Amino acid sequence: MHALYDLAVGPLAWLAFAVFILGSIYRLMSMRALALKKDAAFVAYISWPHAIRSLIHWVTPFGALGWRENPGVTIVTFLFHICLFVVPLFLMGHIVLFDTFHGWSWPALPDGVADTLSIVVVLACAYFLWRRLSVPEVRFVTRSHDWLVLALVGATFLTGVLAYHRIGDNLFMTTLHVLCGEAMLVAIPFTRLSHMLFGFFSRGYIASEFGSVRFAKDW
Amino acid sequence: MKTIADRLIEDEGLRRGVGRLTPEKIQKVFKELVAGECGARMKTYMETCVRCGMCAKACHYYMSHKDPSYTPVAKVSQTMWRLFDADGKVDPEVIYQCAQVAYTECNLCRRCIHYCPLGIDTGYIISVVRRLCHKLGVTPQYIQDTAHSHSATMNQMWVKDDEWPDTLQWQEEEAREEFPGLRIPLDVEGADFMYSVIAPEPKFRTQLIYQAAAIFHAAGVSWTMPATPGWDNSNMAMFTGDSEIMARVERAHYEAAQRLRVKRIVMGECGHAFRAVYDVANRWLGWKWHPVPVVHSVEFFWELIQQGRIKLTHKFAEPVTIHDPCNVIRGRGLMEKLREVVHFLCDNVVEMTPNREHNYCCCAGGGVINCGPPFKNVRIVGNSIKAEQLKATGVHWCIAPCHNCHGGLDDIISKFDLNMHTKFLGDLIYELMEKPE
Ligand code: HEM
Ligand code: HEM
Ligand code: SF4
Ligand code: SF4
Ligand code: SF4
Repeated sequence: MHALYDLAVGPLAWLAFAVFILGSIYRLMSMRALALKKDAAFVAYISWPHAIRSLIHWVTPFGALGWRENPGVTIVTFLFHICLFVVPLFLMGHIVLFDTFHGWSWPALPDGVADTLSIVVVLACAYFLWRRLSVPEVRFVTRSHDWLVLALVGATFLTGVLAYHRIGDNLFMTTLHVLCGEAMLVAIPFTRLSHMLFGFFSRGYIASEFGSVRFAKDW
Repeated sequence: MKTIADRLIEDEGLRRGVGRLTPEKIQKVFKELVAGECGARMKTYMETCVRCGMCAKACHYYMSHKDPSYTPVAKVSQTMWRLFDADGKVDPEVIYQCAQVAYTECNLCRRCIHYCPLGIDTGYIISVVRRLCHKLGVTPQYIQDTAHSHSATMNQMWVKDDEWPDTLQWQEEEAREEFPGLRIPLDVEGADFMYSVIAPEPKFRTQLIYQAAAIFHAAGVSWTMPATPGWDNSNMAMFTGDSEIMARVERAHYEAAQRLRVKRIVMGECGHAFRAVYDVANRWLGWKWHPVPVVHSVEFFWELIQQGRIKLTHKFAEPVTIHDPCNVIRGRGLMEKLREVVHFLCDNVVEMTPNREHNYCCCAGGGVINCGPPFKNVRIVGNSIKAEQLKATGVHWCIAPCHNCHGGLDDIISKFDLNMHTKFLGDLIYELMEKPE
């Protein structure tokens, strides 16, 4: 188990970050090339001022019609996504690892806060799970892929929380957590989680069309 | 759960079309289409939709039927995802279903763009499904007939070359009884603007041409209409997925204006025609903007009012409400100008909610009403949300500067007994303006 743990926090962690970062760059660049090649009649209308104006509305809770009409999802998804970034980046357990291996360190969240935010993410995942099972319009369009990405995110946070609370065999749980986290990172460029990479661009594009051609707001 | 397969409607065009297909043929055409015409937009939309269902509440079909298979994402799920999952190798029956969803259950109204956090343009995806169906020869009979008419005559209603000037002359004669000096100037080179209309106007709504001529006469503007093909600005080929014919129609329209050396084109009160001319066909032709500037009637009337060229004898006293047609509101941002015109004409305006960019579609647009009687019921029942919205205003007059909207709203009004009447801006201006002797 120790060997597996060492493998997971050592070479596999390198690999996961490399695949995540290089994969993301590759996906973004190749999508850009495809857009220039095949969507020239649409790329021509991209207007950053309009894109940014719209994105400001869309990153504001209840700042767009879709958010206002879906208040439950809005609250949960904002909490979920904020914690999704804040927790792993400012978690003492993570910073310690970077410090040990690379000598990098930065301020951490108090453990109690990080723990609470992690539990928020787990609960948010549970909410998404519930929606997928019981809200008819979500269930109708759910495919196996959606379960997979939700499971990757949910498992990473759940195992992290369990490891932190010393529930179950700690080494096993931590190893499992690290493996899940790595799988999730690797999945970002190549699954639906790529909405992280492309979401701002697809929104920005349609905002440009609405703003600069149709003179109408898109939020 | 119910799907499109549980509500198939027989249509001769669709049935005949799928009869000629095999899975292999479908796959070949699908792959060519994806390789040839789809790019990063389609790829991103297909990949990133997180299936959150937030777009459900955007769509009047879902809001009226409350059936999960009518949400925007469900329409994509039952068409494009299915095709991509199978790499295009599907049973002909699947194409029948795709065609019914794409042609008759989505108005391409783009309301869902206000709901999807990722900005996924369902209207675009559905129009690509239509493009595929067109290439496979699976299109609803009625709308295909209008596309054939475009291709054979350059207008939507099989209006013959001599019927067009005849109709204008007839309207001119009628109008001269009321306004002795009135002309409908045909083919006048160098006029300030070319006025173009949709082919249903000369065919069965001639009073609209009469009214426009009367308004232009009273305003003292310099205008003309082309005597040659290119006078019809409508474009059903855009909605069948026949981009080639769409582009020919649009080229003829612009070329008529260029031949007449007018400063710009003023388009009658139609939404989809404006979308074709302003937003869609120009791109297919490779033009970023327009070789001749185009304005919609809403904007043109607004200008006339700003310039003081229209004077009223009185204002319309009864309360009215405003329907915002997607294609000139979400499509061109004319919501405030429309309101200024309406407030100039009417004393008492009751807004429906939601309004402006957030308005619900009339459920006729996007070619849906043009698919004809087989699909009429779904379209009307599929818009009870619009009926509720209209009813809540409590007024008897609804102003809608779009032909299709009139068709759609009139159907809803009679189905749900709303005791309402629809009006074009032109109807009201003509009725209320000071008429020259
Ligand atoms: C390279 C991959 C990763 C490594 C090596 C790693 C390592 C660790 C370690 C050592 C802990 C502390 C466990 C303990 O206290 O016993 C931890 C906790 C945690 N990690 Fe990770 N992690 C990784 C990736 C991720 C990712 C990608 C996420 C989420 C996006 C994540 C979220 C968490 C959470 C939520 C906790 C628990 C926090 C708490 O409840 O206080 N980790 N991780
Ligand atoms: C800046 C980046 C991101 C943006 C703007 C973004 C945006 C969104 C939006 C708008 C939704 C739909 C609303 C919902 O159902 O909650 C969503 C869903 C989701 N996001 Fe993100 N996201 C981002 C990054 C991420 C990352 C990094 C992950 C995980 C690694 C992630 C995982 C998810 C998951 C699992 C769902 C689906 C929830 C469900 O099953 O309904 N997102 N995201
Ligand atoms: S009808 Fe309008 S709201 Fe409904 S899916 Fe089509 S474009 Fe979206
Ligand atoms: S709102 Fe957008 S991301 Fe969510 S299901 Fe609808 S199309 Fe997909
Ligand atoms: S007919 Fe009117 S409301 Fe309906 S899609 Fe067209 S413009 Fe929109």
